[in-house]
Amino acid sequence: MVLTSGLDKKDMKYKVNEKGYYGDFGGAYIPEMLYPNVEELRQNYLKIIDDADFQKEFHQLMKDYVGRPSPLYLANRLSERYGANIFLKREDLNHTGAHKINNTIGQILLAEKLGKKRIIAETGAGQHGVATATVCALRNLECVIYMGEVDIERQAPNVARMKMLGAKVVPASSGSKTLKDATNEAMRDWINNPVDTHYIIGSVVGPHPYPDMVAIFQSIISEETKKQLIAQTGNDQPDYVLACVGGGSNAMGMFYHFMDDENVKLIAVEAAGKGVSSGLSAATTYLGKEGVLHGSRSILMQTEDGQVVEPHSVSAGLDYPGIGPQHAHLFKTGRGKYVSITDEESLDAGLLLTQLEGIIPAIESAHALAYLEKMEFKGGENVVICLSGRGDKDLDTYIKYFNL
Amino acid sequence: MNRIKQIFELKKNILSIYFTAGYPNTDDTIRIAEALEKSGADMLEIGFPYSDPVADGPVIQASSKKSLDQGMTLKLLFEQLKDLRKNVTIPVLLMGYVNPVLQFGVENFCKACAEVGVDGCIVPDLPMVEYEEFYKGCFEEHNLSNVFLITPQTAEERIHKIDGLTNGFIYLLSSSATTGKNLEVGDTTESYFGRIKAMNLKNPTMIGFGISDKQTFDKACAYANGAIIGTAFVKAIEEGNLEESVSGFMKKFKD
Ligand SMILES: Cc1ncc(COP(=O)(O)O)c(C=O)c1O
Repeated sequence: MVLTSGLDKKDMKYKVNEKGYYGDFGGAYIPEMLYPNVEELRQNYLKIIDDADFQKEFHQLMKDYVGRPSPLYLANRLSERYGANIFLKREDLNHTGAHKINNTIGQILLAEKLGKKRIIAETGAGQHGVATATVCALRNLECVIYMGEVDIERQAPNVARMKMLGAKVVPASSGSKTLKDATNEAMRDWINNPVDTHYIIGSVVGPHPYPDMVAIFQSIISEETKKQLIAQTGNDQPDYVLACVGGGSNAMGMFYHFMDDENVKLIAVEAAGKGVSSGLSAATTYLGKEGVLHGSRSILMQTEDGQVVEPHSVSAGLDYPGIGPQHAHLFKTGRGKYVSITDEESLDAGLLLTQLEGIIPAIESAHALAYLEKMEFKGGENVVICLSGRGDKDLDTYIKYFNL
Repeated sequence: MNRIKQIFELKKNILSIYFTAGYPNTDDTIRIAEALEKSGADMLEIGFPYSDPVADGPVIQASSKKSLDQGMTLKLLFEQLKDLRKNVTIPVLLMGYVNPVLQFGVENFCKACAEVGVDGCIVPDLPMVEYEEFYKGCFEEHNLSNVFLITPQTAEERIHKIDGLTNGFIYLLSSSATTGKNLEVGDTTESYFGRIKAMNLKNPTMIGFGISDKQTFDKACAYANGAIIGTAFVKAIEEGNLEESVSGFMKKFKD
């Protein structure tokens, strides 16, 4: 298995260009203090990723440590209910319970090659924080995780895991005290520690080259899926591919090798929160406008004055007012269809999967599942859904909502 | 001639003060500018607040948040600045993040700056390549200076490029840091300041971030054309009579 880095994706219409842009989106809108680090990454990331030793180590860890390939599971009872063949890409079975580890393994190896001694990260649901703390324990590097105060409360089990793994968890207490604010704090840390620190961004956001680099590490999801589809259906092109979008990393990994298969419909599911018009939502493409957030030009929820609007979602991992620049490009070009699902719809879909298939999904992933209710099938279509994570971290929320 | 260029020709040891527009109260912007000129400031940097100021420490984050919560916008700021040049003669720059500028429209922004008598801008998260391609023409048309930052980690080649693109002054960060960190001039800072001085850049330099008192100001002036004070000033005007706080703060630098 070979990771597809930028060097051999020349034919891709939706790839990043030499300037770091996807159509109108992307770039590196960062203060000078971050420039040396981001530039160092930009100059080296493709070279490092394409190196044979790196590839070997990455894939060894993916197999023996993460447990890849993750299964592609034909969910029979779910398929029966909706009248289509529903395949679940089981990222929830990865070590640490979500797709996030694909990226942190890649970035920790890269950080080592760059000689970094200290790792920082932001986290929303805590999955990326746990995945980062895990690889730091594995490679014996210092680890500091920024997490919004609100998220620290609603994702308590993950906070405990990070601490046990030896990470320092620093609460972000500004703004909405969620993912956006944790990201601000991580960027401030990086500004103040310009020499020995690597910032492991947890999604396909941030200044170039982060969106491309994270997408490359997550692309293993669709690379495996294609092979598994051939083995199971004889055809590597499904009719639909679905994934939830916070910043967009599991979706980008799920879409990556399907982007140029124009007959495969890509559906990205955002969090509508309490409804797109409720004022408590994170449906970025619906509510947002073009602008700059966290170092790249993309689509974000903002006021007319350009102030970022506080998002809302029951799922901490989708509670973000922007999306990665590559998603903005897929949205604007119409290559991807961007839809949204409310808090309640997602929780109901989470319970449904639990009781039909015996799989408790993360509330983030449940957003993608919930969209099945809104699709119409003729019968026999092949549908792949990225089950980005498991629901252990969300038990409190489920139990409260359903009075279990 | 642009007021920024003029001041560097006229004076040494320039004292520039940063404050957040609309803080402590929405209507204080002009009052502070006038009080600062009266108390001997040589140059002003008026910050237009942003919801996610990643380059700022806690004090300027808090002042930005309060200002925004009280209703400050870029549009309102330009309305307030209509009276700027009634009593303020020193150079004035606007400082803030790129997204509000984008939403206002680059063209509109430059025009509004020129109309109210703003002389230049500092937009830390506007990349050089973007500036060159999409902003420079507009800035020059309206006689606006654009100021770039450099840090101890900025490579020499890049410093020369910045020097070529800048037409006001270069903002020398004492260290790579968010605003509000204290300046500690140790051997490495001194050799960095000395290295920049020896480069004989075409633009004057101002040292900023972490200057808080007469001692640190004087130290900075030994290596640059002047220094910029932000956090310490914003803290000083948190409460009490505004004019008294301003003149009290400025007295410390004037003997
Ligand atoms: C299980 C799971 N799915 C999805 C997400 C959303 O992130 P992204 O959109 O980058 O995949 C998160 C983020 O924390 C997550 O934990």
